Amino acid sequence: MKINPDKCVACGNCTYVCPMGAIYIDPIIKRATIDRDECVECYACYNGLSTEHLNPPLVRMVRKFFQIGRLRFDPEPDVCPTAAFEPDALQWPRVVRRAFSDPRATHESTGVQGRGTEEVKTNDVTLRVQRGEVGFTIEFGRPGVGVWLRDIQKMTWALAKAGVAFEKKNPFTLLMTDVTTGTIRGDVLNEKVLSAIVEIKVGVERTEEIIKLVHEVEKEVETVISLGVGTRCDEQGEENVVAPILERLGYRLERAKTNVGLGRVTNSVEN
Amino acid sequence: MTNTLHRYGSAESFQNDFIVFASPANGKNEIGSIPKLKKFLEMALPFKPVNIGDPVHGGALRPERGLNTAANWKRDKTPDLRAVIDGIDEPASVVAIFDNLKAAEEFLSVVVEADLGLSVNISASIEGAQQCCRFAGIPRHSVGYSLGFEGKTEKLPNTQMLTLTTMCGHGMISSSLAKKMIDWVKEGRRTPEEAVTYMARFCSCGVFNPLRAKHILEDARKKME
Repeated sequence: MKINPDKCVACGNCTYVCPMGAIYIDPIIKRATIDRDECVECYACYNGLSTEHLNPPLVRMVRKFFQIGRLRFDPEPDVCPTAAFEPDALQWPRVVRRAFSDPRATHESTGVQGRGTEEVKTNDVTLRVQRGEVGFTIEFGRPGVGVWLRDIQKMTWALAKAGVAFEKKNPFTLLMTDVTTGTIRGDVLNEKVLSAIVEIKVGVERTEEIIKLVHEVEKEVETVISLGVGTRCDEQGEENVVAPILERLGYRLERAKTNVGLGRVTNSVEN
Repeated sequence: MTNTLHRYGSAESFQNDFIVFASPANGKNEIGSIPKLKKFLEMALPFKPVNIGDPVHGGALRPERGLNTAANWKRDKTPDLRAVIDGIDEPASVVAIFDNLKAAEEFLSVVVEADLGLSVNISASIEGAQQCCRFAGIPRHSVGYSLGFEGKTEKLPNTQMLTLTTMCGHGMISSSLAKKMIDWVKEGRRTPEEAVTYMARFCSCGVFNPLRAKHILEDARKKME
């Protein structure tokens, strides 16, 4: 993303909307500026800000008069008054930032908007996680912290060492050069993204082991982790297998995504 | 996509937050799903959802391009539910948010009856989702538990900001904007209702619950955590 300096009037509205706090008013050039290292190309500024098309010199002059008089104009805070944001043509490997950060950018690998695959939400159709199995979604960087991909590799190495198989259709798995070791391709390791999800599936008997492993590795990771655990309910819709394990480990289960089982395959040809 | 799973807050704070969504599965049932997705949202309207949306175009309040300067004084902040339904043009999850259990229960019953063949999920408190299933007379198929946030949690903002920002699970509502809106409400520069509309426009898939956000801002006006 870039900000057109000919258009920017340094109103500062955009400095608040960046989830990474990567936009600031440069005191020398007096324009909003993006810290390219910290920017994750999420497009929250470009997609989220409403726009006006005011005359930049005129707005700068008005703002200057207001500053001199110590007056405060109180405009809408979600508007770029001169539509100064302009998307970059992103090249590899920077394009990876957008793929994992802008929810509207579809991953070519999965055809799914977002950072993971469809996990539990289409499990009634995909049957990905069966009874006796547990699907983990280990999300890095959420909420609002971001993550360098090199940090995630610490986790994928540890999981691979534990003999865990990564979800094949997950966008992050597609970045691995070797899924048996969890090694990520070297040219993306120094890219930062808003968040990325590592997805694995194990037998229910390994639930505790995986959670303890995540706890151990997360100490070396410089971001937050959101952990999700998915499983299949019994015929009566009850789930009395995984929840007791989680509660024994000290988790207070309050929130969940519940698939109510109404989906079915309707495509004439499945893939 | 786990964008609704990790909303921050206690079970009590989810009493006015029921997210019901329909999802096509790639390679399984996405072909011909667009009319079904539209029908799903049409069926939600009588139950008065507080927001609806899709991940391609957003929720019922969206950014506006080419605003007139007059918008700084007079701007239409009415959610446009019809635009969401009419705008669905890709097979992707669509979502309806309700602020009460009764609406979610009754909506799910209607969805069961309609038999669209799409996967339907409820993202809410575990007990709330179970109650919806019991009311509709269907067993749960699968459940995805949120275990919350771990790791370097010291990098997270305070609980009020976190409750606001995690209502856009894609992370498009920044903690700085949430803080700014809390401050503006405290200063009396904007009402909670107005502040909510600014944040809602950044949520890229419409899962933001404006009513829950309004309550958080009203609380924050008196007491900053």
